[in-house]
Amino acid sequence: MLENFSFRTIIEYLPLLGEGFVATLWLSIVSFAGALAVGIILCAMNLQHSQVLKLPAKMYIDAIRATPLLAQLYFLYFGLPRLGMVLPELFVGILALSLNSGAYIAEIIRAGILSISRGQVEAGVASGMTYAQRMRLVILPQAIRVTIPPLLGQAIVLVKDSALLSLISVSELTRAGQLLASDRFMPAEGFITTAACYLLLYYGLKSLAVLSARWLGVRPIGSRI
Amino acid sequence: MIWFQFQSLIGSYPLALRGLGMTVALSAISLVLGTLIGFTLGVLRTSGNRLVSRVIGLWIDLIRGTPFLVQIFLIFFILPEFGVELDAFTAGIIALTNLAACFICEIVAAGIRSVPTGQVEAALASGLSQWQRMRQVVLPQAMRVSLPPLVGQYVLLIKDSSVVSAIGLTDLTRVGWLVVQRVPNGLLVFAIVGIGYFVVCYPLILLARRLERRMSAAHGEVQL
Repeated sequence: MLENFSFRTIIEYLPLLGEGFVATLWLSIVSFAGALAVGIILCAMNLQHSQVLKLPAKMYIDAIRATPLLAQLYFLYFGLPRLGMVLPELFVGILALSLNSGAYIAEIIRAGILSISRGQVEAGVASGMTYAQRMRLVILPQAIRVTIPPLLGQAIVLVKDSALLSLISVSELTRAGQLLASDRFMPAEGFITTAACYLLLYYGLKSLAVLSARWLGVRPIGSRI
Repeated sequence: MIWFQFQSLIGSYPLALRGLGMTVALSAISLVLGTLIGFTLGVLRTSGNRLVSRVIGLWIDLIRGTPFLVQIFLIFFILPEFGVELDAFTAGIIALTNLAACFICEIVAAGIRSVPTGQVEAALASGLSQWQRMRQVVLPQAMRVSLPPLVGQYVLLIKDSSVVSAIGLTDLTRVGWLVVQRVPNGLLVFAIVGIGYFVVCYPLILLARRLERRMSAAHGEVQL
């Protein structure tokens, strides 16, 4: 049982765990920024009428959604050196997370844009607005409102997914927990502390998502976290 | 060069088949168990008992709030400390079933909540028992709402099963990892691994999309 759960060891490893926590935090932020960029580009391609841009975006999104992140991560980790790109593990991890989450974000933004009723677009056309004006003045201000809560939901997914980077030995939170567990043969101390740190991030982001949904007057996030 | 790699890859096809078998077995077993437990939890969550609903809600938050990799490590390394001896396969099944049950519980609960209260009241007025109400009135209507996200959840489950390779189970992803040590062409090896998952997951994604479209059409919503 856990009667000899050693808080002292956890305190001893606190600097390492703290470093891991900070690493997970900032690599998640960087990856999320990257994923937003990927998502916006993919969504813009996907909304075009010409198949030249639409088809590759659709294929990319389907390919990402139908394969596990871990396989994508290994694809880049073992595959990039083959193309002569030997990058640090951290870069590979951030790249994989951005490319993966980008596909989901593209779908979130697309759903937001398509949720604007047809009449609004037609009113824009009738008022003589150009495509760019309609997008900028009519569609996007409303679409951004509905996409913010699901985007925060995707941020939660991304933070949890970042734990997989420990498998390509990026030093982050899970890796720190693993080190504690294997150095001292104390898996309970290592992994329960790690789990608690992730829960902290989860509850923070979740309450942000709920609050933002209330402020913006839209439905809170669904079950896909 | 490429030719040699191809030959070497073809040589490792029994391993790949075993990996695919492991992935399918893990996903299928935890899919069935997770669906059964998830439905039970979902019905309990909406049964009106505050305490039960709270406890289930807390557990779901704990599972949703932590990475699946950490959950696997917790189960695989800590359950033995409580005197439960288990191998990697059992640990993987427990972790996946638990994860699936939590998500399916929320999907089913959302479906049940979407059934108008008038339906339940009508069933009460007709003198149906609680079991009859659930089985004949509420669940059939809830299923229409729950089915598309349920299928989507199965896709997530198959993909999440790749993470159990971290505790040494030889599933499809692990096979890729083993093969790439001998055939140093990560692009080729993991493209093939990806195709393996794609073949299983993509039809399910298409099915979920179709169900969703049929659902919104049935409810008179316009597809833009």
